[in-house]
Amino acid sequence: MYPEYMQESLKLVEKTRPERLKKSLSGEKVFTPMTDAERGEVLTKFHPDYKADARRKIRIGPNRGENITLEVADLLESHSRINPDDFDLSRVDYDTDVLVIGGGGGGAGAALLARENGAKVIIATKLRIGDANSMMSQGGIQASVNPNDSPAIHYLDALGGGHFDNKPDLVRALVMDAPLVIKWLEELGVMFDKDSNGNMVTMLGGGCSRKRMHSARDYTGAAIMRVLRDEVKNHPEDIQVIEFSPAIELLMDEGGQVAGAILYNLETEEYIMVRAKSTIIATGGFGRLHIKEFATTNHYGATADGLVLGYRAGANLLYMDSVQYHPTGAVYPEQILGFLITEKVRTMGAQPVNKFGELFVFPLEPRDVESSSFIRECTERGKGIITHTGRVGIWLDSPLIELINGEGAIQKQLPAMYRQYNRFDIDITKEPMLVFPTLHYQNGGLEINDQCETKIPNLYAAGEVSGGVHGRNRLMGNSVLDYNVFGRRAGIAAALNAKEVKLGKLTLKHIKRYERELQEADIHTDKISPMLLPNYTTPEVRARQLTAHYEGTLR
Amino acid sequence: MEEKTPSPKAKMISLYIMGKKYEVPEGSTIMGALEYAGYQLKRGCGCREGFCGACATVYRTTDDYKIKTGLACQTVVEPNMYLAQIPFFPANKALYDLDELEPSISTFQEIYPELFRCVSCNTCTKACPQDLEVMDYIQALIRGDIAQAADLSFDCIMCGLCAARCPAEIVQYNVAVLARRLYGKYLSKKGEYLESRLKEIKEHKYDKEIEEFMHMDRESFKKKYYARDIEKM
Ligand SMILES: Cc1cc2nc3c(=O)[nH]c(=O)nc-3n(C[C@H](O)[C@H](O)[C@H](O)COP(=O)(O)OP(=O)(O)OC[C@H]3O[C@@H](n4cnc5c(N)ncnc54)[C@H](O)[C@@H]3O)c2cc1C
Ligand code: SF4
Ligand code: SF4
Ligand code: FES
Repeated sequence: MYPEYMQESLKLVEKTRPERLKKSLSGEKVFTPMTDAERGEVLTKFHPDYKADARRKIRIGPNRGENITLEVADLLESHSRINPDDFDLSRVDYDTDVLVIGGGGGGAGAALLARENGAKVIIATKLRIGDANSMMSQGGIQASVNPNDSPAIHYLDALGGGHFDNKPDLVRALVMDAPLVIKWLEELGVMFDKDSNGNMVTMLGGGCSRKRMHSARDYTGAAIMRVLRDEVKNHPEDIQVIEFSPAIELLMDEGGQVAGAILYNLETEEYIMVRAKSTIIATGGFGRLHIKEFATTNHYGATADGLVLGYRAGANLLYMDSVQYHPTGAVYPEQILGFLITEKVRTMGAQPVNKFGELFVFPLEPRDVESSSFIRECTERGKGIITHTGRVGIWLDSPLIELINGEGAIQKQLPAMYRQYNRFDIDITKEPMLVFPTLHYQNGGLEINDQCETKIPNLYAAGEVSGGVHGRNRLMGNSVLDYNVFGRRAGIAAALNAKEVKLGKLTLKHIKRYERELQEADIHTDKISPMLLPNYTTPEVRARQLTAHYEGTLR
Repeated sequence: MEEKTPSPKAKMISLYIMGKKYEVPEGSTIMGALEYAGYQLKRGCGCREGFCGACATVYRTTDDYKIKTGLACQTVVEPNMYLAQIPFFPANKALYDLDELEPSISTFQEIYPELFRCVSCNTCTKACPQDLEVMDYIQALIRGDIAQAADLSFDCIMCGLCAARCPAEIVQYNVAVLARRLYGKYLSKKGEYLESRLKEIKEHKYDKEIEEFMHMDRESFKKKYYARDIEKM
């Protein structure tokens, strides 16, 4: 139930619903999609990336002089958690062929494929394996499988969505491997939604021109991640999983190759050395940086660690000037602020409407365009709904879904969404959801080629931590695909590389060099990175923790 | 913009974290309350949105002798709640090669024999924060109905609360993941579209077209993009 003060607006939504439904059922476009010029205008005027203080020049490292997202620049211009001189580099705790940093979908896929290609693998991860953005994706995974679709059309959509900045070789890998990935997942036992002929149910995603979104109810990510995790755990003799032990720096050898990483045991507070012939960074995204103070959809450990590790070792970043805000984050009730309302809600027919019940944008524009138009509606046009805590949002008219797809469609195909709201006594089959853009995805990241190699020998990256695949804006369903395609590729490449590599004497000189760069650039900061976990302790408690020791945000 | 910063006007209520009393803002989630009280979570916190099962919590309220269960990130605090998280529960997981298993009851008899010790007490169902019919999916498997077990357990987030409460020491969620994998791999119907697309890709049907796209100048490519036809919803 929504509070009294929202009822008037809710009535207007109900009033305009039959007309909007009629148009939707007629098969016509419910709203005219924007032209290139219109997209450009709404983006530059309303997207948070275009705010004057959204970006700044980074002063050190491989991308020196480039404009990147402010919060990321601050994190990169920080000190290491360790003093390299404190380390006895002759004491190696683990030796392995392939070290995978990050136990999300990308990391799990990489480990499985590295194993298949003959490698012994260690997965080091921050929380538990599967406590990751990969577990949370709801809407789906793209793959051109239908007869009226093709990898080429998928290519076209992905590049257009990314504003034509995507790296072509990466997009080719993405679209060409996509059907193979679906097949691989199905053989591992992932249950996709299917029709009575056994073909996959596919939907139209934002910015896509074909129905290409494969889903597993609205637990797509969980359905995949649960299976990948189960499979990883079936091979303890080849894949060792070390949980609650995030990597805090890479190790290198005298020859300038990456040679493993230093882990930090969050519980015993020990630092552990892992020597590896190939190292894959699969640490995911950065939502917990709360860029521009936005709420986020991301898991607790999404703190951009992999960017810091890679950058300090000399790897390049690509497109770190762009941030993806998902158009539909929850605004009300307050307890689920920022939570993701999957795009599948719109692909199934829900429409964004303002406080007068007017549809004001094509429901499935690319995400940055859609988000910007929501912000415009709430700011310049003043047609948002304001909550008692002063937040603002627009309605996402979910009851349309049942009117279009039949009664029961929501509970059957969007059980997570239904459950989420039902916990707070809101029935989304009858009432709309109040939404506003939420910090969702790291579009850019470590630069890789289509074998997932960074420019540093023995260092690979895959998944959300990498950049280039999606240009400056990712389409829905392409990142679950991304971590599968490139996780697998990284695993194969890393295993093959491990057969050739000879490692030299270990060093942490790169950390010293980076510290020197900080000094030379006259950067004075007490910040420490990688962040590892955000800190949500209140200032009142902090003030009373007189003897607590914080190293960065972490106690 | 996090749940950690309750508005200053929020009314405060008392609750007991592992038996110790704290004042926290009304309307917080249990997770928000733990953080408000001063805990920096390392275990017991993953997705923060009800998808990962890291934050299993048991609690009681003073007016009731019953043990209640919930997800810390999804459950709103109640006055005088006594709570503790169960961040880890030692659970049996069988190792198997899916390629060698049969999608039949004999598989379960062999690798999860404890399944057949279920006493139908329904405690697991009552414990499930996803409101799944846990006992029913266990019973379905005992009857050999893998399809039904896969369907009923689909929204399981593997939080472990059912297993923690089961007198027969069954690990429902590990049994269920196997049921779903067997269903997905062997029992679900396979369509033609995927196979024919894989064949086309193997035969390099799309290589040339994509190669052309890759080398097209930006403006011509843009034209192509905006001219593409969009399939109807
Ligand atoms: C709520 C939500 C819904 C989404 N829905 C969709 C969707 O429908 N379709 C789609 O295509 N995409 C979706 N996405 C995006 C997609 O899920 C992610 O981009 C993708 O899963 C990232 O996979 P990954 O393996 O790269 O990273 P993750 O799955 O995030 O895994 C990274 C892992 O690394 C760990 N880690 C972090 N730092 C360290 C460190 N220093 N050392 C060791 N380990 C570390 C993390 O804890 C985590 O376990 C969604 C994302 C979210 C958050
Ligand atoms: S079935 Fe068990 S493990 Fe799965 S969600 Fe319910 S209580 Fe948690
Ligand atoms: S708790 Fe255990 S014994 Fe009781 S019904 Fe569930 S599975 Fe059976
Ligand atoms: S933290 Fe993931 S379910 Fe609560």
